[in-house]
Amino acid sequence: MPALRSLAPFFVFAAGYAVIALAVTNSYYQLMMTLVLVWASFGLSWNVLSGYTGLVSFGHAAFFGIGAYTTALGQIHFDLSPWLLIPIAAVLGGIAGLLIGFPTFRLRGVYFALAMLAYPLALLYVFEWLGYQEVTLPMKRETPLAYMQFADHRVYTLLALAMLAVIVLLTRMVEQSRFGMALLAIKQNEAAAEAAGIDTLKWKLYAITLSGAIAGAVGAFYAVVLLVVTPVSVFGMLVSAQALTVTLFGGVGTVWGPVIGAAILIPTAEILHAELGHIIPGIQGVIFGLAIVILILVAPEGMFWKVRDFLYRRWPSLVTPAGAFTVAADAGGPCTRAGAAMPLWPTRPETGEAILSVRGLSKSFGGLKAVQGVSFDVAAGTILGIIGPNGAGKTTVFNLLNGFLAPDAGQILLDGRNMVGRRPHELCEAGAGRTFQIMRPFARMSVADNVVVGAYVRARTDPEARQHAADAISRVGLGDYADRLAGELTTRELRLMELARALAGRPRILLLDETLAGLGHNEAEELIGIIRKLAQDGITIVIIEHTMQAMVRLVDRFVVLDHGAVLLEGTPETVTRDPRVIEAYLGKKWTAYAQS
Amino acid sequence: MTAQMVENFLQAMFAGLTVGSIYGLMCVGLALIFGVMRVINFAQGDFMMLGMYAAYYFFAALGVQAVFGSILGPYVAAVLAGPVLFCVGYLVHKTLIGRVSGTRAQVEGEGHFAQLILTLGISLVVQSAGLIAFGSILVSVRTPLSSSAWELGPLWGDLISIFINKSRGIAALLSVATIVALAMLIGRSRLGKSLRAAADNPEAATYMGIDVDHAHRIAFALGISVTGIAGGLLATNYPFHPYVGLEYVIIMYAGVVLGGLGSIIGPFWGGMTIGLVQQLSTLVLPTQLQNTAIFVVFLLIVFFMPQGFFGRVVERT
Repeated sequence: MPALRSLAPFFVFAAGYAVIALAVTNSYYQLMMTLVLVWASFGLSWNVLSGYTGLVSFGHAAFFGIGAYTTALGQIHFDLSPWLLIPIAAVLGGIAGLLIGFPTFRLRGVYFALAMLAYPLALLYVFEWLGYQEVTLPMKRETPLAYMQFADHRVYTLLALAMLAVIVLLTRMVEQSRFGMALLAIKQNEAAAEAAGIDTLKWKLYAITLSGAIAGAVGAFYAVVLLVVTPVSVFGMLVSAQALTVTLFGGVGTVWGPVIGAAILIPTAEILHAELGHIIPGIQGVIFGLAIVILILVAPEGMFWKVRDFLYRRWPSLVTPAGAFTVAADAGGPCTRAGAAMPLWPTRPETGEAILSVRGLSKSFGGLKAVQGVSFDVAAGTILGIIGPNGAGKTTVFNLLNGFLAPDAGQILLDGRNMVGRRPHELCEAGAGRTFQIMRPFARMSVADNVVVGAYVRARTDPEARQHAADAISRVGLGDYADRLAGELTTRELRLMELARALAGRPRILLLDETLAGLGHNEAEELIGIIRKLAQDGITIVIIEHTMQAMVRLVDRFVVLDHGAVLLEGTPETVTRDPRVIEAYLGKKWTAYAQS
Repeated sequence: MTAQMVENFLQAMFAGLTVGSIYGLMCVGLALIFGVMRVINFAQGDFMMLGMYAAYYFFAALGVQAVFGSILGPYVAAVLAGPVLFCVGYLVHKTLIGRVSGTRAQVEGEGHFAQLILTLGISLVVQSAGLIAFGSILVSVRTPLSSSAWELGPLWGDLISIFINKSRGIAALLSVATIVALAMLIGRSRLGKSLRAAADNPEAATYMGIDVDHAHRIAFALGISVTGIAGGLLATNYPFHPYVGLEYVIIMYAGVVLGGLGSIIGPFWGGMTIGLVQQLSTLVLPTQLQNTAIFVVFLLIVFFMPQGFFGRVVERT
């Protein structure tokens, strides 16, 4: 398992930590050693949701508190052992995550963050009202092992270390699977992720469920260690803040972040409190707070990334480039593939039959009729060009076609099935891929990983997805760039990468939004060649452009849009000669000149 | 029975209106920052705490009580807290917040993370420094008005009379006055226009010659100062300590989200709603669940009206 192999540094850390923990005899420092691990685990749970998806949760104390009260009340009322209650707490935490996530994921950005704030605080007051101001776990002196009540505090540290190891392993597995890739894609560009066929809601729900389950288990363990649970100590805002602080301090979106953050911050805070707290109460908060403020100004993404970037600059070979996958760039070039036994595209469609039919499509924004009554057919295996002056409604048509917008009226028939009201990832699944006018790369992922994200919609396994991605990359001729970060690419390379990302999902119809925009003459020619090749391979293509020159030699048919309505439909020859088209583009007075 | 219920209801409603006005003022301060800069400022509650102590020291130690007396003094002190907090906000933005926000913000997601943890750190520093400077004893700005009330009524025959605490009533009126002044400043002045432009489209504002970072700094300072005044007004009614900020920052955010971004008056109504929900919920719920009621209403509104009462739809695909 790749997750296990990459964990070698963690096991070295864990072994070292265990040795130090066993050498510590002072019970105060023993507790501190345990708490470092508890908060690191809690930070990791926060990281699974917020670090990878970018949706900041201020409410992780909700799961933590549910876990803590599960152990406390389960032991008091049902005399259950923590060995059983911790898994139960994980299940309850996961359920809470699902219940909270489902309504809350409708919100975005800061609204999501603020709504999450409300859950633990509402629970806090409910638990106070229920009379659980201070719940003490019953002592079980006669059977310490069965009830996880050890006289030697070092055992807790070892248990916490085991728990952290499990969580790190889980996180690693998430990171290196399609789950992690989906979350990263969502973080960088949710719209592009949807369009690439990722069911963003589903993956976000998985993430919050897993995150809630981990936080529940950690909270449950925390209650066992401290033996006392109060609403403020488990549901309070400082608990949620703790998860944020250790993770953001250590580094967001990496397994190491929360571990580093907790290992530095928790002892610092505790030692400051112990050494200075009684001399000047509050001084530890000032120093601790200042440390956080300074670190964030110096390393806004956390320590891990700062150190990594530093190492990368000094010794580039030490650090592997970002990205979970590396795709073999030469895996089956276009030529070798042609002779392969498995056909790349499942069935070559019969030309002539309409694969996409649009009927009476309309969409208004307030008073603006952006698209009105647009109808056209796209025959399988052909290239349709949608042209029109700026503001003619071209991109709106695409947004309607791939589900970003819901039409006010009309039908979109893909293979005869009405796709109106489907979400973008469903349309992608049904075989409609797209690229964007304003490119939407996942800037911090490698080219290969960007394309892999697009492959998941069709591929069932990770290796299959990698294979599809490698095929798509070589099809557009980006093989040499597979390991580069998307953020470093030129416009031409980005266009090609977006094309590859759409291709990796093996679409039968490809919607290209101004793919030629911003390219030089030669670059545009190169792209036209690639697109034509795709059409020959049997992919139906709909392409938007507002310049006509390049298009005339590329497309089989034109649909001309003007003011949101279809002005004309026909072959390139008829369209370019039509006075109405010339008028729409150049204005009335040029019509006579153009025709002469 | 019925008359008693009506009286209780009206009493709670007036209490909600007065405390809601002060909450509204706090929310307006936060909304200025949140709305213009899109920065979640966790330290807002702690700056409000500074406003409370500023009013307290103006009143008790710096001669405001001696000059204006015990009746007028507390309100003069509360207003004086405004300029002090403006300077604090200006400095905090210049030295800290401005480095991770505005035109210097990082890529979308990462920038938010840095701002968040920065304001959490600032919050911790302000609270703890407050503990060192002011001590942990509960204090309040004493005015004889807080123990006297205006009586409305008797109404409905002799059955109902409503009491409005004088100190809270005056604080509510001052809150409204402050908001009117602020709304005029934002709506009419050149400064206001540049703030609104910077909020609407920072990039376009830059091209129009507006110094966006400077606009942010003013918005931040102004937001802190408005919340500081609200703190000063609250100080006449509620005793406080250096950690009081935490209790209010959540109320503030709830109010801002309820009211919606994009207007000055929206968050005021949001804060007012919070005040009303808080007070009216005491009629049917045990006092401990007062705040739970706030959060439930908050969540309901966020789900069904994510743009708030007065917000505009600004998201684009």
